[in-house]
Amino acid sequence: MTSGPVYLDAASSEPLHPAAREVLLAALDQGYADPRRLHRAGRSARLLLDNARAVVAEALDVRPDEVTFTSSGTQAVHLGLLGLHQGARDGTITHTAVEHSAVLHAAAFAGGGRELPVDRLGRVEVAAPPAGTSVLAVQAANHEVGTTQPVTELAAVAGGVPLFVDACASAGRLPLPEGWSVAAASAHKWGGPAGVGLLLVRKGARWRPPFPADERIDERAPGFENVPSALAAAAALQAVVNERDEVGARQRALVDEVRRAVATIPNVDVVGDPVDRLPHLVTFSCLYIDGEALVTELDRLGYAVASGSACTASTLTPSHVLAAMGALTHGNVRLSLPREATHEQVAAFLAVLPDTVTRLRGEVGH
Amino acid sequence: MELELDCRGQVCPLPVISLAKAAETLQPGDTVVVTADDAAAAVDIPAWCRMKGHEYLGSEEPSVYRVRLR
Repeated sequence: MTSGPVYLDAASSEPLHPAAREVLLAALDQGYADPRRLHRAGRSARLLLDNARAVVAEALDVRPDEVTFTSSGTQAVHLGLLGLHQGARDGTITHTAVEHSAVLHAAAFAGGGRELPVDRLGRVEVAAPPAGTSVLAVQAANHEVGTTQPVTELAAVAGGVPLFVDACASAGRLPLPEGWSVAAASAHKWGGPAGVGLLLVRKGARWRPPFPADERIDERAPGFENVPSALAAAAALQAVVNERDEVGARQRALVDEVRRAVATIPNVDVVGDPVDRLPHLVTFSCLYIDGEALVTELDRLGYAVASGSACTASTLTPSHVLAAMGALTHGNVRLSLPREATHEQVAAFLAVLPDTVTRLRGEVGH
Repeated sequence: MELELDCRGQVCPLPVISLAKAAETLQPGDTVVVTADDAAAAVDIPAWCRMKGHEYLGSEEPSVYRVRLR
């Protein structure tokens, strides 16, 4: 099937799950009111919000009172990491070199973080955090290359230092790894609507509000609750977790196929852990090609992919993730399969890729 | 022999392309000293060496990278 554009950028944003669409439309009519009000419309909104919280808690195997809805994954990261840092008496944030920029910016906001190097696969070594660490920030899986991190093993040797786990890339697709004090996730990456994040705070964690308080239902997050979207996000998460074994296995096999096929193109670096990884994501870099030119050309051919390259004047530095791994930063392409991606679509992509690479290399005379 | 390659002002992937073209004219054991001010060169020149089996000798000063061909 090659008719119509093929969307292969689910890690940037997964299309809305059908389960979320139905729930969202119904909840728009029933969940508009202020859930703190005592009137009937307010009680209806409150019921939907409590329901959303309960569904998320069950899907992630956490307690309902550990779940806070935020207005984005980024906001959940900022609140989560800075709140744990605030709760620690002193010290500095330590984070892996491949964290999402939301973590890096939050660490900079807190006065600067210390960085842990990663190996060629993008994985951090299991070791106690450096002395004077307030919080250890480690992602569940990497958003650019898919490699999972040894969260549970790190927690076991952390010596009481709390872990902040950014689970934005993996939530719904992989079980939450154990060992976190606070975790964050983002609904639009699992097929919920944009504008909903999850802040998960373990019962008993020393988390303190890092920003001005608000007087909402859940005092961990400021602002009026987006009840319809929270409920739709919960419905999508529940559906994704229920179909995870089947969808994940299919995506794993497709990604294996991509990794095998791409590795046969001359001068291509396939990046990230081939096994311990996100099920739906694969990244590779092609020597001698401008990554943005490759993305543009693939888009023209009907394939939507992302790139960590920065070969234009608009962004001066390439992906910090690829750089930390020692991976080639130019000619980079990230494929991430949405739930509906088919074998035919992936095969069609693999059929056009080698010629596209050759053609672009020819244009630059190599 | 040692070749000096001035790639200042080139954006990625041009410095690596220049390096690869220069390498084709040289012999195993020769060294290339690349001067490239593009930020990606610091990662991509060592990565090119790894992918092509050459030896990356390091960067003694900012934006200057030394490579030994194999």
